[in-house]
Amino acid sequence: MLTVENLTVRFPTRFGDTTAIENININVQAGEIHGLVGESGAGKSTVGAAVIGLLQTPGYISEGNIMLGDTDLRALDVNQAHALRGKRISMIFQDPQTSLNPLMTVEEQLVETILAHEKMSADEARTRAIDLLEEIGIKNAAERIKSWPHQFSGGMRQRVVIALALCTNPELIIADEPTTALDVAVQSQVLDLIRSLADKRKIGFILITHDIGVIAQIADRVTVMRNGHVVESGETAQVLGRPKHAYTRALMSAVPPMDHKIDRFSVPATEGIEGASVFTGDLAEQWLLEEKDLPEDEQKELSIGLSIEALDVRFSGTRKSLWRKPEDFIALDKISFNVKPGSIMGLVGESGSGKSTVAKTITGLITPNSGTMMLGNEILPAGKSRSRKHASRRIIQMVFQDPYSSLNSRHKIGSILTEPLWFYGLEKDPEKRQELAASMLALVGMAPDAIDKYPHQFSGGQRQRIAVARALLARPRFLICDEPTSALDVSIQAEILNLLKDLQSKFGLTILFISHNLSVVRQMADDMVVLRNGVIEEAGKTEDLFERPQAEYTKKLLSLTPVMPKDWAC
Amino acid sequence: MFYFIYKRLIQSVFVMLAVAFLAFSLFRFVGDPITQMTGVETSVVDQERLREELGLNDPFISQFGRFTVDMLQGDFGYSFRTRQPVAEMIASRIPATLELGVVALLISLVVGIPAGVYTALRPRGVITQTILMTTLIGISIPTFVIGIMLIFLFGVQLGWLPTFGRGETVNIGFWESSFFSIDGWRALILPAVTLGVYQLTLTMRLVRAQMMDVMRSDYIRFATARGVPMRQLYFRHALANTMVPVITIIGLQFGGVIAFSIVTESVFQWPGMGLLFLESIRFVDIPVMGVYLVVIAFFFVVVNLLVDLLYVAIDPRLRV
Amino acid sequence: MKEFIKRSEGLWLFTRSPAVMVAAVIAILIFIGAAFAPWIASVNPYDLGSFSLMDGLLPPIWQEGGISQFMLGTDDQGRDMISSILYGARLSLLIGLSAMAIATVLGVGLGLAAGFYGGRFDAIIMRIADIQLALPAILTALLIDGIARGILPPEVQQDLRVVVLTLAIALSLWVNFARTARASTFVEMNKEYVQAAIIMGQGPIRIMFIHILPNILGPLLVIMTVDLASAILLEATLSFLGIGLAADSPSLGTLIRIGMQFMLSGEWWILWIPTLFLVALVVSINTLGDFMRDVFNPGLR
Repeated sequence: MLTVENLTVRFPTRFGDTTAIENININVQAGEIHGLVGESGAGKSTVGAAVIGLLQTPGYISEGNIMLGDTDLRALDVNQAHALRGKRISMIFQDPQTSLNPLMTVEEQLVETILAHEKMSADEARTRAIDLLEEIGIKNAAERIKSWPHQFSGGMRQRVVIALALCTNPELIIADEPTTALDVAVQSQVLDLIRSLADKRKIGFILITHDIGVIAQIADRVTVMRNGHVVESGETAQVLGRPKHAYTRALMSAVPPMDHKIDRFSVPATEGIEGASVFTGDLAEQWLLEEKDLPEDEQKELSIGLSIEALDVRFSGTRKSLWRKPEDFIALDKISFNVKPGSIMGLVGESGSGKSTVAKTITGLITPNSGTMMLGNEILPAGKSRSRKHASRRIIQMVFQDPYSSLNSRHKIGSILTEPLWFYGLEKDPEKRQELAASMLALVGMAPDAIDKYPHQFSGGQRQRIAVARALLARPRFLICDEPTSALDVSIQAEILNLLKDLQSKFGLTILFISHNLSVVRQMADDMVVLRNGVIEEAGKTEDLFERPQAEYTKKLLSLTPVMPKDWAC
Repeated sequence: MFYFIYKRLIQSVFVMLAVAFLAFSLFRFVGDPITQMTGVETSVVDQERLREELGLNDPFISQFGRFTVDMLQGDFGYSFRTRQPVAEMIASRIPATLELGVVALLISLVVGIPAGVYTALRPRGVITQTILMTTLIGISIPTFVIGIMLIFLFGVQLGWLPTFGRGETVNIGFWESSFFSIDGWRALILPAVTLGVYQLTLTMRLVRAQMMDVMRSDYIRFATARGVPMRQLYFRHALANTMVPVITIIGLQFGGVIAFSIVTESVFQWPGMGLLFLESIRFVDIPVMGVYLVVIAFFFVVVNLLVDLLYVAIDPRLRV
Repeated sequence: MKEFIKRSEGLWLFTRSPAVMVAAVIAILIFIGAAFAPWIASVNPYDLGSFSLMDGLLPPIWQEGGISQFMLGTDDQGRDMISSILYGARLSLLIGLSAMAIATVLGVGLGLAAGFYGGRFDAIIMRIADIQLALPAILTALLIDGIARGILPPEVQQDLRVVVLTLAIALSLWVNFARTARASTFVEMNKEYVQAAIIMGQGPIRIMFIHILPNILGPLLVIMTVDLASAILLEATLSFLGIGLAADSPSLGTLIRIGMQFMLSGEWWILWIPTLFLVALVVSINTLGDFMRDVFNPGLR
């Protein structure tokens, strides 16, 4: 039905034209879900935008054919192309929060779209809209249709978005990361919906995603892309089960499996870490292990435990009415857990579960309402009562989620890395500080000359390495990693996870590893805690939890996470 | 929703109190009101008696309280310069300034919004570049220069329009209006255009910036991908979302219009509040200055409350 | 060289916008002319002895009766127009730049602190800003000027005119900086590098000025440029209203006010040449400000 041949898209820039995608060939049949998978920069979204004719200016199609049935999409003029959008091709965007016009009711948006393409009365359009919403799983649609977008929850909103894409019965729908912004449970519902629409209505889907698990779950055929080129294409089971191309194999093996634990990830050779082998991190390694400057009690072991007792965090709600007092939002409801010295504790939960609140409370950014925290044998003062010079500020370090915002973009890497050294008074001599920083870069697998560059000169994975180096330069004994890989591509994720594992075993760090990704936690953590709405659902040894989950919620989470069939994983 | 309005109301009262306080401090501390009120020949004893009578020896807070209560009752004190009640002086000038301001604001909206929309939708066209260049010059020419240029061109060289005063006015009750005679309208054109041009450029640039922001949003891209007709896309989806922030700023601009009318009124000898304020500054006529401030702040606060109501009408997210 | 320019987005765009280049050249020429006025100008317009009534009302050189000694003509006192304008621009720029500098320091300091501390401190600063918004810039400046007239003894008033005027303009412009700095600080506060600094236990001053400030300079630079233009306009307007500087030390605004008297008689140059000069200066600055805004907000292009 859709045939893309030799598609090439270029973007003019001040350095001349750059090629975003080149020689792309894709076929999509009616009722087929065609997965388009690749890491960031692969050009998969550009393919979708080119097909629907909404390339970001100033991008243009320089070569190739796009045929939808008998229609040559490249031959259409502006008005014809616009009339075809919605009528024959439609699109679903990533974030349901921003995809709907906030000032129009769902009804207005649906009816408007239907009337734009079909000759019928407004009443007929409304009837069709209501039927469609019912079909898509919105209960009481006749009433709900009168609501504004902000009155729907995230998952429901994505259903409304799908209804809008569907309301004119298009032949092809391009879904660009349709579930990336959603929680696991909602994601699986939306994926089921897409599958059933393809089967029942014979709609062809192009499903663009970075998540190989999603592809494995619902795609019939898959095209793997890298750097604007097609690497491999074919039946999903064949491409993912018996990959021909080395990149596909590497990509597959970088995906952390959920059903068993592996020691190390094999990493596709993506980013060349040039020179890393020439330099060694010996100096930094020695420095981290040496004991002479440490106080007596710290000398015994480098790691330290943390125990949390009945920690309770509430935020005052926003006032909406003059008469009612705002209700407190309970972020953490008297939670207790214990991180053993030298172990990795995994903290798992969906968005809004309170897992980041835990990190912020331990680091003192949030003052809890009640509860105690013990770092080793000493009470860890909470929130504002923790002095700026408190020892825990050095002992506890953090690696953040977003490497693009966790490094000050106006400071050189050198000054970012030496800051903890002088700030905590660990090294008085400025030259030694530079040497240590450079050596630490080598230890985390970066070329030490990075020290004179700025953060924007590095990729996400490299920045995350720098962030790890910064944390280590405080000589921490307790490391909090808050979703350290969720902003990264899967191959980079594998590198960072390997790095964290290595460092942990070398220096015996205690790590609190926060993530929404169950398979990552299985690979990393010794113990784990499952958090939902500020309550601990289940806690215990990681292997036990995965093999014999007790709580209903844990079971549900495990069953809903998309996984690859066992025999596919390498 | 009620809470939103209530919060804004509290804020407004707070702003008014603060401005009243400013006006009172002016009156009380800038120069000695007694020396200002009395002549050189008044004896010290008489001065003291007057001071006591006027309650100027009372504690500061009770003086301010009395000042505020008086103001609420419409008693704004007397001008140092003319010895007339300030309330009357200002009240007689309000119609002239308000009519000028409203016409100027209308000019700025009627021209500025369409121009902003056009330049946002056709960012690369020749017309857009011309409009942008013109508005850049527009915000760079001081209002008084625009006034002088208009006077020079239409008043002096062409002789088409009057260059000072309000022309013929019609009294409707206490309200002295220029709207009901051709002569009045003729006199209004040049000052209103002068005052409107600067606001127009601001409005246009703001609408353009917001509209371009909105055009890049996900919901516009999604609406484009569903083939919503362009006309609806621009005017139903994009413009409505553009107006949400723009309305707030237009509310703020009204204050600017009234304030900039000081300059326009001075250039065109337009007998409004601004001219009165300028005179009172020259003669350090503190009571008039103070009351002018309070009146301006009052207009500002009222307009912004109306804007908030409009805001609620447009944006369903506030109607919870 | 070409490669170097290509590497910086701002420079690259600059070389591709002729209007912006022209504006930059005009602005630089005027700045230099104003800074070196005493060495460039042929006469000192403040010094009554350096010019003569005999040369009064000479037209510019291209008009009949113009002489090469006074390229742009003279005013009724016989002052060379070029000299008057250069000295006037010097005064206008001096006041504009100092007012802008004071407003920047005050506004950015308060805005940063408001964004950093939030809560009650932020509320107080923002309420003050609200009140100031209710009284637009020109009104605030007029008011401060009026208060100064009331408070200062008449003897010193004349000497302190420039100071009062500068302060009046600065105090009417700080709100822009405070609001921009606060809004940007809020954005930065949620970024992880600031949280990292807070967790480390770094002091507020270090976080505000070493970490946050360098990251919010972009929008502030735009406001600084636009507000320099506003400050110059405000000074001209106040002087035009006869509330700014007196006729014996004329700024550009004062020159235009004086020129108004000659609008109806034939001596057009006394009014229009300073006016043109003022407009050219402000248009150039605003063009540069617009350009910087475009560089920092690529979406508006």
